[in-house]
Amino acid sequence: MTIMRIIIPRFVMLFFVVFGVAVITFIISHLIPGDPARMIAGDRASAETLMSVRRDLGLDRPVWDQFAIYVSNLLHGDLGTSLRTRRSVAGDIATFLPATMELGAISLILSIVIGIPLGVASAIYKDGPIDQVARTISVCGISMPVFWFALVLVLLFYAKLHILPGSGRIDMGIALPTRITGFFLIDSLLEGRMDAFWSSVRHLILPSAVLAFANLGVITRQIRASMLDVLQEDYIRTARASGLRRRVIIFNHALRNALIPSITLLGLALGDLLYGAVLTETVFAWPGMGTYVVTSIQTLDFPAIMGFTVVASIGYVLINLIVDIAYMFADPQIREIG
Amino acid sequence: MMVAASEILKPTGQKPAALTIDGLSLEFPTYAGAIKALDDVTIEIGASEIVGLVGESGCGKSVTTMAATRLLPEGRYRVTAGSIRLFGRDPFAMDETELQDVRGKLVSTIFQEPMSALNPTIRIGRQLVGVIQRHEAVSEAEAERTARGILKDMLIAEPERIMRAYPFELSGGMRQRVLIAMAFSCNPGLIIADEPTTALDVTVQAVILRLILDRAKRTGTSVVFISHNIAVVSQLCDRLYVMYAGRIVESGPTRAVLEAPQHPYTQALLRCLPERVEPKAELEAIPGTVPNLLDPPPGCFYRPRCPEANDQCFAKPPSMAPAPDHIVACWRRETIQPSIKASEATQ
Repeated sequence: MTIMRIIIPRFVMLFFVVFGVAVITFIISHLIPGDPARMIAGDRASAETLMSVRRDLGLDRPVWDQFAIYVSNLLHGDLGTSLRTRRSVAGDIATFLPATMELGAISLILSIVIGIPLGVASAIYKDGPIDQVARTISVCGISMPVFWFALVLVLLFYAKLHILPGSGRIDMGIALPTRITGFFLIDSLLEGRMDAFWSSVRHLILPSAVLAFANLGVITRQIRASMLDVLQEDYIRTARASGLRRRVIIFNHALRNALIPSITLLGLALGDLLYGAVLTETVFAWPGMGTYVVTSIQTLDFPAIMGFTVVASIGYVLINLIVDIAYMFADPQIREIG
Repeated sequence: MMVAASEILKPTGQKPAALTIDGLSLEFPTYAGAIKALDDVTIEIGASEIVGLVGESGCGKSVTTMAATRLLPEGRYRVTAGSIRLFGRDPFAMDETELQDVRGKLVSTIFQEPMSALNPTIRIGRQLVGVIQRHEAVSEAEAERTARGILKDMLIAEPERIMRAYPFELSGGMRQRVLIAMAFSCNPGLIIADEPTTALDVTVQAVILRLILDRAKRTGTSVVFISHNIAVVSQLCDRLYVMYAGRIVESGPTRAVLEAPQHPYTQALLRCLPERVEPKAELEAIPGTVPNLLDPPPGCFYRPRCPEANDQCFAKPPSMAPAPDHIVACWRRETIQPSIKASEATQ
C-alpha cells in the first residue's frame, strides 16, 4: 500500500519531466547553429537535393508543427529516425542501451562491494594505516579524470602487457551470443557459450574498473563519514553497555543506520555512471549509449541526441524512484509513516 | 536457565561488594593539558545495596561509573591512581571479550537519553532478544518469552505490540521502560542508573524510578542512582555520595546526610531545592562556578564558593574525615555536627 503511495505520484511526475525535457531539447536543437539537411546531403549537394532532404525530414514545416509531430511521436514511443544511421532512434537505443547497462551494473556492484567494507574499515580504524590507504584511494578515485585513468589502463594492460583487450565488448573471432537480454554475460550463460562469456568478462574488466574507481572513492568517503557519526550515537553506547559483540555492533547496529544517508549517494552514483559512460565508452570503443551519443553529436544527428536525452531523463526519474523505495526498506520511520 | 549474577559470584557464601572504587584518580589528556576529572574517589556499593551518587553536571558522576565498566573512550583517558573491583574483579585487567561478557550480565547501565538510546532501525523485540541471547544460552523463543515477561514487569500492558514496534513509535517513558527491561534482562548484580529520568516528564519520573527500585529489591540487585537532583535520589537510596569537581565531598546514610548535612556544598545543594523553600520565598543558587579542572585551584575545590573558607582551606585539599559512618571532606568539620540549619526543612 505504502509503496504504491510513493510509486504512483512518481509516474505522474515522470510524464511531466519527460514533457519538459522534450520541450527543452527541441528548443535547443533548433537554436544550435548547423543545418542537419546540409549534413546529410553533403557540402556539394544542389539546392534541390537540399530541399527534398528538408521535406523528407519535415524541416520545411513551421516550428510549431514540427514540435507537435515530435511530441505525438514521442507518446507513441517513436523517437524519430536517426539522420546518420537511417534507422529508428528507438531501435538504435535498444541496441546500445544494454551494453551501457551491463557496464554500469558491473561497475556499480564493484564499487559497492569494495567501497562499503573499505569505508567501514576506514571508520573503525580511524587514523590507522587502513584508514590512510582508504582515504588515499578515495581521493584518487574522486580526483582522477576518468578519461586519463582509462588511457593509462589501456596503455598498461593492453598496449604494454597484452593481458587484457583494450576495446569492444567481445573478441572479434567469437560469434555474438543470441540476443535475449542484450547483456552479453547473461545471454552467453543462457546459451551455455563459455567462450563468449569469458571473452565478455575480459572485455569488461578495464572499462568497469575505470567507472567503478570513481564511484568507489565517493562511496568509501560517505560510508566512512556516516559510520563515524553513527558510532558516536547513544544507541551504540547502549549496545556496548549490554555487552554485545563488536562484530554485531558494527554490522547489525551501526552499518544498518550508516547506510541510510548513503542511499541517496548510491542513486547519484548510478546516475553518474551514465555520464562517466560517455567518456569511458569512447576510450574503450564500447558499443553503448555513450559511444552512440558522442557520434551523434559529432554528426549533428538531432533526433538521436534528443532521443538519448529523453531516455536518460527517464532513467534519472526511475533511479530516484528506486532511491525512494530503497529508503522505505532501510528506514522503518519512512516505511511505517510514509 | 537463568542464574542471577550474584549467585555465580558467591564462592564462600559471603556476597562480595558489587563495586569497590578505591582512591581512583583519572584524567583526560587534551592539547591544553590534562583535565583532572576524578581525584581520589572512593566508593563502595555493597551487594543488594541502593546507593546514590549526587552532584552537579560535570562533577564526574558518570565518569566514575563509566570507568568502572570501561565504557570511556579507550586511549582518551588515563588512570593515574587507585583501583576498581567489579564483583571482586579488576576491569582494567580484562580484555575486550571478558568485558563484553561482564557488561549486560554482571553490570548494566541505564542511560539518560531514552529517545536516542535505542537503535532506530531495529524492532524493540529484536534488541531485547539480542541482549538476552548474547548472555544466556537460550533459544530464540525462550529469549522472546523472557523479554515479554520483563516488559510486563515494567507495567507494559501489551508487550507483544511493543516488541514489534520501532523506537520512534514509542513515547520517552515507554522507551525508558524498554531500556530498564533490557538492563535487567540478564539478571545483573549491579545496575548503574545514570540520570534515568532527567529527560522525562515529571509525571512519569516517579513511576520509572519505582520500577527500577522495586525490581532491584526483588532480585537483590545493587543499584547506583546517578543524579544531579538530591531530592530524587534521597527518596530511593540507602546511602549517598555527594561529588564536587571530581572529588567525593560527603557520604553517609541518606537520612544522616539529609538531616545533618556537614559539607557546605551539600548544605547549599539542599537549600537550592524548590520543595524545601517556603512558598514565595527567594529560591537560592550557589554563587560562583565550578573550578576549571584543567588548572584546579590549590586546596579545597569548593573553597572559592564556600562562605566558611579560611586559610587552612587554601593550603591543601581536605581528606575524608573518618567518622563511624557519615564522612565529610572539609577542614571546617573536625567532628560531625549533629544539626545544621538546612536540615530544619527536612520532610
